Parts: sequence; structure tokens; C-alpha cells
Amino acid sequence: MNLQSAEIRPGQGPTPSIVVSGVTVRYANGVTAVNDASFALGPGTICALVGVNGSGKSTIFKTLMGFLKPAQGLVSIAGMEVRAALKRGLVAYVPQAEEVDWTFPVLVDDVVMMGRYGHMGFMRLPRKADREAAEQALDRVNMLEFRRRQIGELSGGQRKRVFLARALAQGGQVILLDEPFTGVDVKTEDQIVQLMRELRAEGRLMLVSTHNLGSIPDFCDQVVIVNKTVLAAGPTETTFTQDNLQRAFGGALRHFRLEGASLHADADQRRVTVITDDERPLVFYGDRDHEKPAAGRKDGQP
Amino acid sequence: MELLLEPFGYQYMVKAIWVSALVGGVCAFLSCYLMLKGWSLMGDALAHAIVPGVALAYLLKVPYAAGAFFSGLLAALAMALVRVRTQLREDAVIGIVFTTFFAVGLMIVSINPTSVNVQSIVLGNILGISDEDVIQVAIIAFISLAILLLRWKDLMLVFFDENQARAVGLSPTRLKILFFVLLSACTVAALQTVGACLVIAMVVTPGATAYLLTDRFGRLIAIAVTMGVTTSALGAYASYFLDGSTGGLIVVFQTLLFLAAFLFAPKHGRLGARRAASTGAPA
Repeated sequence: MNLQSAEIRPGQGPTPSIVVSGVTVRYANGVTAVNDASFALGPGTICALVGVNGSGKSTIFKTLMGFLKPAQGLVSIAGMEVRAALKRGLVAYVPQAEEVDWTFPVLVDDVVMMGRYGHMGFMRLPRKADREAAEQALDRVNMLEFRRRQIGELSGGQRKRVFLARALAQGGQVILLDEPFTGVDVKTEDQIVQLMRELRAEGRLMLVSTHNLGSIPDFCDQVVIVNKTVLAAGPTETTFTQDNLQRAFGGALRHFRLEGASLHADADQRRVTVITDDERPLVFYGDRDHEKPAAGRKDGQP
Repeated sequence: MELLLEPFGYQYMVKAIWVSALVGGVCAFLSCYLMLKGWSLMGDALAHAIVPGVALAYLLKVPYAAGAFFSGLLAALAMALVRVRTQLREDAVIGIVFTTFFAVGLMIVSINPTSVNVQSIVLGNILGISDEDVIQVAIIAFISLAILLLRWKDLMLVFFDENQARAVGLSPTRLKILFFVLLSACTVAALQTVGACLVIAMVVTPGATAYLLTDRFGRLIAIAVTMGVTTSALGAYASYFLDGSTGGLIVVFQTLLFLAAFLFAPKHGRLGARRAASTGAPA
């Protein structure tokens, strides 16, 4: 990670980055959720946050959102303390579907406008710039025609897009996405991934928690693998390996290995390894365990 | 016609009508938030828990709001303590603590019947409210209303999505504390108009009714407050003719409006739901 060489782009505010160094987080009941975790991410990055449930993914998110304070270590976002970065609206958050009360009396428009609160005055009265930003954000996720709908009336994919639009309207340079592909059809997943690639090209930094192991090589250039600490972090090609995943997931993953002999009768020694977290499977194909993963195809077949 | 205007000829009636309307409006404002979080019974618990404080305050001749605040705080602490120290569910904890406080309050009142009578605490006594109490209620209501009008959007965001509230630099904890302070204050104010037993209706029904009529939070507040103000004023006014309990009448009017919305609301009412059943829109 070359954070030092990341240029400050004039007129665009601070350069997005996340630095977590030696962070330990304890809950009030004394349980240590994350111990001595370190990783660093720079601008123009999509990073997957991978680990079993309870491995500390949400703890890391909560720490980045300033909800939990590390007992030890340092967290900085765009070179500032978390609180300062939040105050400047640099961190946007796309919640999991289960976290949202879909019966709440708000329209799509209202939700996207919530992303603009940090830009508004004390009374949160939207100005022209706020309305334009909200409209552009909705347009970008193709949800403009649904803007007058109550959020509970939308499909799973549409709901996700609304919250993405809120992150866009906010102008967040660091975007945290919690399970963005859960309960979403393949078409919507492709749209979300496409949008994330565009945002990466704009220099934004996205941290995505996902169980969708198979699609990670498709669009994530960095991976952080966690299990109570950061087991491995770095570029997808070198970090997202079978060894690292087995260390992180242990027996929690479904793991099929088909050796050459059970696949065919000839002398070909290559074998197929399928690792799945009950979503899109990750497939390793070849004769060694640390092969580069073959990207899971869209139709879910290896 | 003269008969209909008759209540306005009495100062105590005019006072009862505007104080009720004011309190009804603020309580309705709060009801929009309370019912969305599933915290409705909290208002009930609070109203019962402040009874001993009010009784003692009258006995000791201190402002009743101070006594109410003190015993409300004590009840909250007691609930927290019982919950931390036992494995009991939250509803059981609330049930035990608030009935205990209510019982203590009734005892204090019954032992000292001269200071204040049981009825005016349990059922409210807006028609006989003293001028000092009017001032207390008015101050509480106006300050609460002003704060709510200034911060309603921030509170909405905290109730809808705490993480986003944090992401735009708000403090959910501070805003929640603010909300509960306002709720306690307004419960104290409402005690005077409808009594401890019916406060719950004031801080739930208007919001619940408005919820059936709109999908936007701003309108929800507007509808609920309008409803709270009119039903409360009307209840106080009608109690002159029916010679009945003001609190009872206010809540009956609110319930009638709720039933009307429940049946006839265009989108979320029973009839609307039947019409929309084929298109799959949620009721």
C-alpha cells in the first residue's frame, strides 16, 4: 500500500484512505472481538472484507463508523480521526437489509436526502444543491422513477440501490457496504458491481463485507481476511488464496475437492477445489493449492 | 348557538381547552416517534411511575414537575437495575416497576387525602387546574414543541438509521436522551389533562392513526399534531356538556379517528387494503 505516494487532488477534498493499525476492540462485557488488527487501504480501491460470522467484520465496520472505540491501536480515515472524518461526511454507509425498518414512513426521496443532512444547516432544510445531488444519485442507480415510493414497496435490489444512492448523494469518499449482495438477484448484483467499478475509477475507496466468495476476484482489487484479527490483507491475487481462506474459515465452509482421478481417467493431475460460504462458490482449478482462483461465473457455475 | 358558545364564557373552560390542545399537540408529536420504535408501553410505564413523585410534590408543596421528574428518574434506574441483575424479560421488568411506583403513589395519596385527591392524578383534572400548574404545563409544552420543531429531522434520522445519523456527524445517544427527556416532560404535562391511566393514548394513538394515512414522516407529524390538538380541545369542550371526564372524552375522540383511519384510509386502511390486495401493495 503506497499511502505516502497518494497525491492530494486539489479541489477534491482529502484523499480517501483507511489505516487500521494494531487495533484491539473490546465490548463492554469484556469480550475481545478483534485483537491487534492492521490493514491499510488507499484511494481507488474496492476491498472485500471476508470472514465467518462472528469473526469481527461488523466490529471493524462499527469501529470505522465511530460506534466502537478501540481499546488499543489507531484508526484513521483520510488521514484524520474517525470522528473528524464523520463530521466532514467522508464516510458513507450502506446498511444490511435486515438493519433497515422497511415499514418506516419515508419515501425513496427522503432516504436519499438523509445523505445530504451533513451538508445542510441546523434545520436540515434542503437547498437546490441538495436536491440536485439527490436527483443525480437516484438517476445514477436508475431509481429516479421510484422516488415517490415508500421504501417498503421496493424489491430487494431496488432497496439496495436506494441506499447506494444515499451514499452517493452524501458524497462519501470512503463507502462501507455491509453484505450488499444478500437477497439481490444476479442482474442487480452486476449493476451494483458496475457502479462500484465506476466509483473506484473516480478514486473512491470501498470496503465490502461479503459472503459471496466467488465474485470477489471479479471486482475486488484488495482483500482483508479476518478471524478475530486480520489474518491477511493485500492484493486479491496474492491474498485471496486457498491457504488463507482455509485459515480464516476452517470448517465453516463447504469444501469440495475433486482430484484428477475422480474427474477423468487420463493422467491429467489437475483437480478442482470448490469453496463456498453458501453463496456463490469459489473455485480453484489446477494442480496446486495456491493457484490463483478462477473467478466464479455469473451463472454460478464453475 | 348560545348554548354552544356557553363554555367560552367561563374562564376555567377556556383555560382547559387551550391547555388540553397544547398538551395534546406535543404528545401527538412525540407519538410519531414512539410508535415507530415499538416503545409505546414506555410512555405508559413512565406515566405510572411519576405518580408517587407528583403526590409527594403536592404534599411538600414543591413544583409537581420536579417531583415527577425525580420519581421518573428513579423508576428508570430501578428498571435498569432489575434488568441487569435478573434474567427477566423487558416487559416483565417494566410491569413490575411501574405498578410498584403507581401503588406507592396511590398509597401516599390515600394516606394524605387533603393534599390532592386520587382521582385528579389517575383521571386528570384539567377543569380544576391551578394557575401555577397551567404555567408549568405551558412552559414544558412550548419548550418541547420548539425543540421538536427544530430537531424533528435529526430525531427521525436517529430513529430510522442510527448508523447514517453517525455518518452525517450526529450523536444518536445524545438525541435519544433528548427524546426521552421530552417524553418524560410531556408525560408529566399530560398527567394534568388526561390522568396517568390515559397518557398512553395521547403518546400513541395520534401517531398510529397518522401512520395509516401517509408514507411521509413530515406529513405524519402534521396529521398527528392536528389530530392531537383538535381531539384534545374538543374533548375539553365536550366535557362541559356531557359533564364527563375530559381525559376519557379526549381519548374516545382519538379512538374514533383511529377507527375511521383503520377502516377508510386510502392506502393502509382495511378497505384500501382490500382494493390493493390484487396488486400486492402492503396493507
